[in-house]
Amino acid sequence: MRAPAPAYASNDGVIDAARAALGGMLLDAVDHVGEVALHVRREDLYDAMIALRDTPGLAYQQLMEIAGVDYPDRAERFEVVYCMLSLTRNHRLRVHVATDEEKPVPSVTDIWPVAGWLEREVYDMYGVLFSGNPDLRRILTDYGFRGHPQRKDFPLTGYVELRYSEEAKRVVYEPVQLAQDFRTFDFMSPWEGANYVLPGDEKGALPQAKGAQTPLSADAIAKAGAAQSPTQAPSEPKSTESTAQTGIGKSESDATPKPASPDVIPTKGGGQNQ
Amino acid sequence: MSLYVEELLGEADAADPTTGDVTIQNYTINFGPQHPAAHGVLRLVMELDGEIVERVDPHVGLLHRGTEKLIEYKTYTQALPYFDRLDYCSPLCMEHSWVLAVEKLLDLEVPERAQYLRVFFAELTRISNHMLNLGSHVMDVGAMTPNLWLFEIREDCMNFFERVSGARMHSNYFRPGGVHQDAPLKLLADIGDWLDTRLPRLFEDAISLVADNRIFKQRNVDIAVVSRDDAIKWGFSGPMIRGSGIAWDLRKSQPYDVYAKMDFDVPVGTRGDCYDRFMVRVEEVRQSARIMKQCLRDMPEGPIASLDRKVVPPKRGEMKQSMEALIHHFKLYTEGFHVPAGDVYVATESPKGEFGVYLVADGSNKPYRCKIRPTAFSHLQAMDFMAKGHMLADTTAILGAMDIVFGECDR
Repeated sequence: MRAPAPAYASNDGVIDAARAALGGMLLDAVDHVGEVALHVRREDLYDAMIALRDTPGLAYQQLMEIAGVDYPDRAERFEVVYCMLSLTRNHRLRVHVATDEEKPVPSVTDIWPVAGWLEREVYDMYGVLFSGNPDLRRILTDYGFRGHPQRKDFPLTGYVELRYSEEAKRVVYEPVQLAQDFRTFDFMSPWEGANYVLPGDEKGALPQAKGAQTPLSADAIAKAGAAQSPTQAPSEPKSTESTAQTGIGKSESDATPKPASPDVIPTKGGGQNQ
Repeated sequence: MSLYVEELLGEADAADPTTGDVTIQNYTINFGPQHPAAHGVLRLVMELDGEIVERVDPHVGLLHRGTEKLIEYKTYTQALPYFDRLDYCSPLCMEHSWVLAVEKLLDLEVPERAQYLRVFFAELTRISNHMLNLGSHVMDVGAMTPNLWLFEIREDCMNFFERVSGARMHSNYFRPGGVHQDAPLKLLADIGDWLDTRLPRLFEDAISLVADNRIFKQRNVDIAVVSRDDAIKWGFSGPMIRGSGIAWDLRKSQPYDVYAKMDFDVPVGTRGDCYDRFMVRVEEVRQSARIMKQCLRDMPEGPIASLDRKVVPPKRGEMKQSMEALIHHFKLYTEGFHVPAGDVYVATESPKGEFGVYLVADGSNKPYRCKIRPTAFSHLQAMDFMAKGHMLADTTAILGAMDIVFGECDR
């Protein structure tokens, strides 16, 4: 490895040792970018963690971090990642577990009490349930918050915003209102597989008129004619930033009306320089 | 109320009738969220029996800004300034984890001078962080003067950060592949002078006021003793685990950048109390100064960032001359660079402990997921068992010796 990243003991033999210690509990073991990741069956997580901590050749005494990751395309969309550290062997290892919104992950708070807050955070951010955690409350979000903000389908802006209301003499929650759309740009090159629907593209999907000039050979034309069917438009653009969502190109009247701001005093027109 | 009713309510017992006479209840108080000793926005719900702490339930998240979510919508370069704002007392150490994680995924070589500069300024950050923590710790337990003197040093550090990066606190100085700009020779010379004269004079003066002070010891010795086993179980790191007597320092055991070439000692505590944690930090300041002097001695000349133009943008002057440099500059400041798919967990020794970044890349120019491992989370969680049985006034000492900053804890 050329990068000056933290250097710990080598990964040689770690996967074999883990395979021997975990047996059927281990689904998959990967050594990628210099880090070992073990994919463990969810039901066996607790036993696997005990084995990883207590087996002499492994000895991962410390649980440093539990991270959630959301992959909405997968059947079990959430991945819970446990980052482990061995103080004696000076080695790091990750344990991955897959789950979804309903299936609970066994809690490891009995092994490492530090997992209490870490699991609370994953629950707060993703809604992953942990069976056996005695105190599975929200931790980082507001009291009474709804939703799980780190999920990929949760908008960056959230749903509500709060302000202090002088009339109500308290903090009030209101639906979030943005004066300007969130601006994000997709830099993917069209030569690298970007799949956009541009105006006029639908014409390309229509069958060409018979007898039009073409560089193809007669054989190829015959073959293409047999196989030709109306090609379907690309199903889904790569990103959520399609023009339909941002409203680019819509006329002013189509766009959502700007919220009236109490700070803006309407003039008689003609602009402020008149 | 008759005894019968009291027994039904469980307030009295037929075998021990005296308990029914007066029921003394524990009471619950709020410590914070606005409290000068809470070091930010911490709300501690404390159950007290008289002045003895029975239970502490820390409520965090009042400074939650959704940094991890925001980073998913930014390019790798744009995500960097968010790290300054995590632990705003040691911004460069936060950036360090991030750039190392990105470099690990890219497998990017970093020139030696850049590695030296990063280590040098990370250690300066450690000094500036410890000045704030040590100063506020002694102030939490009642001493005023050392804090003012230590803030003098912190102010010097701030000026140095400003001279190298242009910003006093949110430096945004490290980059994947190196650092943003070279440090001027005059600055390095000034820091060298400062390390030799001003820092030891002010620092040793201030510490001599408290280290052997009777009141300071009464407030800290044997307060919140953490055993080795507890420190491991609760995921402690940094000065907290070293205070408990485990010589574990990521700079030593898992060296990154040029730490492997540095000669420094790892101080450990013997009892695992607040005083040990304080003294570990005091010694770390001296060791940091030692590392910085070695950096000044050994720092080679050379480029300060990788010459891989697909990751590190060219300098402005080059951009005005070369068409290719212009294209690279434009592409890197609009689209940014793409990071190959994969996931890494990279942890560095921040002044507060192990600060980690779990980074999932999907091959695009934005991180798919960036989980930040704050040091404060595991330490603050242990607040309950550390404060149990101590007096209310000791919680400020315990909290001060933990070194919590909420920008990092709440993210």
